Amino acid sequence: MLKNRHVTGWLQAAPLSLILAGFLILPIATIVTVSFWQATEFSIIPAFSMENYAFLFGSDVTYRVFLATFKYAAITWALTLLIGFTVAYYLAFHIRSQTVQIALFLLCTIPFWTSNIIRMISWIPFLGRNGIANSTLIDLGLIDAPLEWLLYSDFSVILAFVHLYTLFMVVPIFNTMMRIDRSLIEAAYDNGASGWQTLMHVIVPLTKPGIMIGTIFVLTLIMGDFITVRFMSGSQKANVGRLISNDISLLQYPSAAATAVVLLCTVLIVIGILLRFVDIRKEL
Amino acid sequence: MAKTGYTRRALLKGGAAAAAASALPAPMLWAQDIKNITLRQFGTGVSNLNEVGQKVKEDLGFTLEMTALDSDSVTQRAATQPDSFDIADIEYWICKKVWPTGNLQAMDVSKIANYDKIVGIFKDGKLTPESEIAQGTAPHTVGFVEGEGSTTFATEQTNWMTLIPTIYNADTLGIRPDLIGRPINNWSELLNPEFKGKASILDISSIGIMDMAMVCESMGEIQYGDKGNMTREEIDKTFAIFTEAKRNGQFRAFWKTFDESVNLMASGEVVIQSMWSPAITAVKSRGIDCVYQPLEEGYRSWGGGIGLSKSLTGMELDAAYDYINWYLSGWVGGFLMRQGYYSAVPDTSKEFMSENEWGYWFEGKEATAEITSPFGDVLAQAGDTRDGGSFYDRMGSVACWNAVMDENQYMVRKWNEFIAS
Repeated sequence: MLKNRHVTGWLQAAPLSLILAGFLILPIATIVTVSFWQATEFSIIPAFSMENYAFLFGSDVTYRVFLATFKYAAITWALTLLIGFTVAYYLAFHIRSQTVQIALFLLCTIPFWTSNIIRMISWIPFLGRNGIANSTLIDLGLIDAPLEWLLYSDFSVILAFVHLYTLFMVVPIFNTMMRIDRSLIEAAYDNGASGWQTLMHVIVPLTKPGIMIGTIFVLTLIMGDFITVRFMSGSQKANVGRLISNDISLLQYPSAAATAVVLLCTVLIVIGILLRFVDIRKEL
Repeated sequence: MAKTGYTRRALLKGGAAAAAASALPAPMLWAQDIKNITLRQFGTGVSNLNEVGQKVKEDLGFTLEMTALDSDSVTQRAATQPDSFDIADIEYWICKKVWPTGNLQAMDVSKIANYDKIVGIFKDGKLTPESEIAQGTAPHTVGFVEGEGSTTFATEQTNWMTLIPTIYNADTLGIRPDLIGRPINNWSELLNPEFKGKASILDISSIGIMDMAMVCESMGEIQYGDKGNMTREEIDKTFAIFTEAKRNGQFRAFWKTFDESVNLMASGEVVIQSMWSPAITAVKSRGIDCVYQPLEEGYRSWGGGIGLSKSLTGMELDAAYDYINWYLSGWVGGFLMRQGYYSAVPDTSKEFMSENEWGYWFEGKEATAEITSPFGDVLAQAGDTRDGGSFYDRMGSVACWNAVMDENQYMVRKWNEFIAS
């Protein structure tokens, strides 16, 4: 009987374990292995070597690029959180009718029916030197000469990131807010709390799991991105993803793998720290 | 595209089919066997055109399968997978990397019908007897080997050729004359503070470094021993100059694909940048003034050719020689020259071009009527002349050939740093 239960348990766990082993553990193990190899222009030398890591940690480019990646992640995170929280708050607490709520929520997702490359690239003619933004500002008499920093700058990169990823903040925050028991808010109000106090002491603490899930989405998406940075900065800025993609295009797979491993560890550490603050299992 | 193909073909049949037939060597194979032969060609996109495959089927009877890859993948495949292709359409600098692996076989010059008519650049390196040989991987330096199985290059013409030249051109900077408003004559103008925030360079390390070298030399900052094979010191100096320019905001953006370069120029974001000849055409076809500016220091040139896989033997090998002879017999040359490239045997291509086209593209004369590409796009109006002039003016002032350096890996790392700086 006991033995039988064991067998059943193993069988039930098998499909998921196999899928995880084949599609998650194996690829990561391969990347880690390759990261210790060496490559010439035509061949990969499968011999253990620390050279890739030595070069990576010995080059100040690595630190600068990681710093730039964190900078993009931090600024975008703050902006998406601010916008995402506001939008979710409005949807959850100010819209009374459920139909309107659902309609407005769907409205937020409409831009996501197009490819995110298209959404990103459409900013380029808008922000360009002779683009709509500049010509409008000039026509309004607000500026005399076109603003150069609108395009191919950190500004345009972060703008595109915020545009692309705010929804990933809105959805989980909205979801947690909808679960908040309304009587708690009434109780706060009855006890004399101001609107601001209710927000800070009731709603924000109860929304934390949603904020945390949104944060994880946004951070991992930005840390792994390379195409947004390439297009929106006109190839002038670099983040870790671009470092990896450059290596790959030059057939330097081991070096790309080493960078990927360092990036993976960094992201895992960041998420590990975040999870210390909030127990997201409550949410799931 | 298929439709224009038929129109063109109909034209050609009327005009020059007879010439083609007489220019081709006598068929060496039985017709029914030829039909079963398939040759697999791979290479960079420039000359890997479906029109060529169709025409091969029509003229020679066998099937040519074509795969287009980027130059890094082409190099890797030629070096590591010799059985995956029969014909490699590669650039000369790639040949320098790949030939030592022994994956390609040398071609018997005596079987090449139009060998004598191939331009001098690919034989002794000299376009005309008095021309000087440019720096970099000049095609003739990797064009011949001592013997059939040799893996080292010969210093002079031999009976064994590595690549049969197919397509080449001279590249320079593209400018927007309407936005610059004054003559541009030197490569150094790319870093002129006058164009701060309005310049661009291409983000492909092997070619970008050459353009950088042309600029640094023109500024008088660096004297290179050989721009095509820089020392670490020269590489460091070159990047120092460009990193400083980048930090000062000289560049609006870098481009990696053809389309990006066209958009940067057409939108006015950039007024001076490294560019490829068809990209200039694309900007012009939008009705925007754009010039492929000839510069005093000369051009950065590139050339491609086809090589045969070591594993080709027997009937397939014969078919490959037929293909090479057909390639040099004029139709492809005319097809490529009408897009602004050059053919290795211009004489035979002439028969496949109208007098107006030949005058415009090759002789640098004023067009007497509208010039159209093989795909039907209008490229120039009557009275226009080609930027840079005639074939001899353009190919006669090549300063440097695309190359691969001994310090390539070092350069690539520095390039990554430059982008991240």
